[in-house]
Amino acid sequence: MEENIIEIKNLTKKFKNFTAVDDISFNVEHGKIFAFLGPNGAGKTTTIRMLTTLLDPDKGSIVVNGFETIKDKSDVRKSFGIVFQDPSLDNELTAFENLEFHGIMYDVPKKIRRERIEQLIKFVGLADRRNDFVKNFSGGMKRRLEIARGLIHHPKILFLDEPTIGLDPQTRNHMWGYIKDLNKQEGMTVFLTTHYMEEAENIADTIAIIDLGKIIAKGTAEELKKQTNESSLEKAFLQLTGKHIREEAGTAKDRAKYQGRMWGNR
Amino acid sequence: MKIIYIMWQRQLIRYWRSRVRMIGALGQPILFFLALGFGFGPVYAKAGGGNYIQFLAPGIMAMTILFTSMFAGMEVIWDRQFGFLKETMVAPVARWKIMFGKTLGGATIAVIQAIIVFIMTLFFGFSPNWFLLPVALLFMFVLAIAFTAFGISIASKLEDMQAFPIIMNFLVMPIFFLSGALFPLDNLPKAIDIITKIDPLSYGVDGLRGALVNASHYGMALDFLALSAIALILIGLGTYLFNKIQV
Repeated sequence: MEENIIEIKNLTKKFKNFTAVDDISFNVEHGKIFAFLGPNGAGKTTTIRMLTTLLDPDKGSIVVNGFETIKDKSDVRKSFGIVFQDPSLDNELTAFENLEFHGIMYDVPKKIRRERIEQLIKFVGLADRRNDFVKNFSGGMKRRLEIARGLIHHPKILFLDEPTIGLDPQTRNHMWGYIKDLNKQEGMTVFLTTHYMEEAENIADTIAIIDLGKIIAKGTAEELKKQTNESSLEKAFLQLTGKHIREEAGTAKDRAKYQGRMWGNR
Repeated sequence: MKIIYIMWQRQLIRYWRSRVRMIGALGQPILFFLALGFGFGPVYAKAGGGNYIQFLAPGIMAMTILFTSMFAGMEVIWDRQFGFLKETMVAPVARWKIMFGKTLGGATIAVIQAIIVFIMTLFFGFSPNWFLLPVALLFMFVLAIAFTAFGISIASKLEDMQAFPIIMNFLVMPIFFLSGALFPLDNLPKAIDIITKIDPLSYGVDGLRGALVNASHYGMALDFLALSAIALILIGLGTYLFNKIQV
C-alpha cells in the first residue's frame, strides 16, 4: 500500500484575476487525520473542490488513492465521502430517502445498505425522525444527517469541510469520537477543515495551514507551537496568519453576485 | 440502469409530493383552452376552419408539455442552489446517466400533466380519434424528452433563478406562440412561415394534431422524424453541458 493517500503537486487555481490556490504541494499520509486550517477565503474549500473532482485545477496534479483527479474521476469519486460546508441534502425527501439515494448512487448492495443506514441513522440520533422531510430539520440535524450519508459507502477518505459548524458540544464530541474510531479501526483517512483550533489540536495527526492560497506551515500541533513559540495552536495560528479579519467570496450565490453576471461561463 | 432509474424516481417522488402545485400549473392551459377555444371558436368557424376546439386541444396539450418539461429541466438550478447538485456530482457515476435519468423523469411528469389536460378537454367537447391515441402519446413523450433536455441544457449554464423571467419571455413564450399551437400553418406570411418551421414545438403540435384529429400539416412521418432528430440533438447538447458543470 502506498504511503500517501493524497498527493498534491504544484496545484494552482485562478478565478478571473484572483488566485485562490497558489502553487501548493503537500501529501496526506494513509490512515491519518489531517487538518487543513486557514482563515476565511484562504483557499481551503477551493482545494477541497479540486480534491473531490468538482473543480478542475488550472495547473498541477492531484493523486487521490492512487488515481489522478483529472483523468480517473470515477475512481477518485469512489474513494471518498464528503460532508460539504454548505447543506447538500434534498429537502423534499425524507432523511431515510436521502441516505438510500446516496447508497444506490454509490452502488452499495441493498442488504448492506439497509444495515448501514440503520446503524448510521441511530448513531447520529435521527432514528425516530427517519421518515420526516429534511426541510423540517434544524441546521444541526441536517449536519448530522450529512455526516451519516458521507459514511454509507465506507470511503477510504472522508472529507469534512467545516463539519462542526452549528453543532452543540455533545454532538461534536460524539461525532469526533465516532470518526476517530473509524479512523483507527478501518484505517479511514480523514481530511478536515475547521475554525475550532482546539478541535484540530485534539484530533489531527498532522496540520497544514493555508493562507492567501499558499501553505505557510505544516506539522503536528506540537511542532507548530514550537515553531512559533506559542502555548496553544490558536495562538500559533494567529501568529502565522496575522490578526486582521478576512473577506470571503464563499458560496456559489456570493460568487455569482461578486462576478456580477448570471451566465456561469467560468 | 439503476442510476437512471433512481434519478427518474426522485423526480416522480418530488412531483407526487408537490401535486397541489402541479394541479395549480394546469390552470394556465385550461384557461387558454377555454378562453381562446370558446372566444375564437365562432370566428374560426365563420372563416371556414371548422371546429376550433378540435383544432386547439392538441396545441394546448403541446403547450402543457413545453411548460412542464422546461420547468422540470430547469430544476437543476434549484438543485444547484440548495446544494443537492454537489451530492450527485461527486458520486462515482457517469454524468450522462444522471442527465438521462433527470430527462426521463421530467418528461414523464410532463406527459402525465398533458394526459390530465387531455382528459379535461374531453369535458369541454373535444372528441379525439381514440384509435391513434398511442401515437399521440408517443409524440407527447418525444416532445417532452426534447424540452426537458433543453431545460437542463439551459440550467447547466445558469447560476441562479434570476435569468428565469428572461428565459420565459424570450424563449418559452415565443416557442409556444410561434408554433402553430393556436393557428393553422396554411397561408402564413413568409417570415412567420419560416419561424414556425424552425420552431421544434411546431412538429410536436402537428404530430399530435395528426394523431388526435387527423389534421396534420407536414404529415406525421415528417413530424416524427423532425421531432426525434431535435430530441437527439438536445439530449446530446444537454449531456455535453451537464458534463461540464463545475459546482
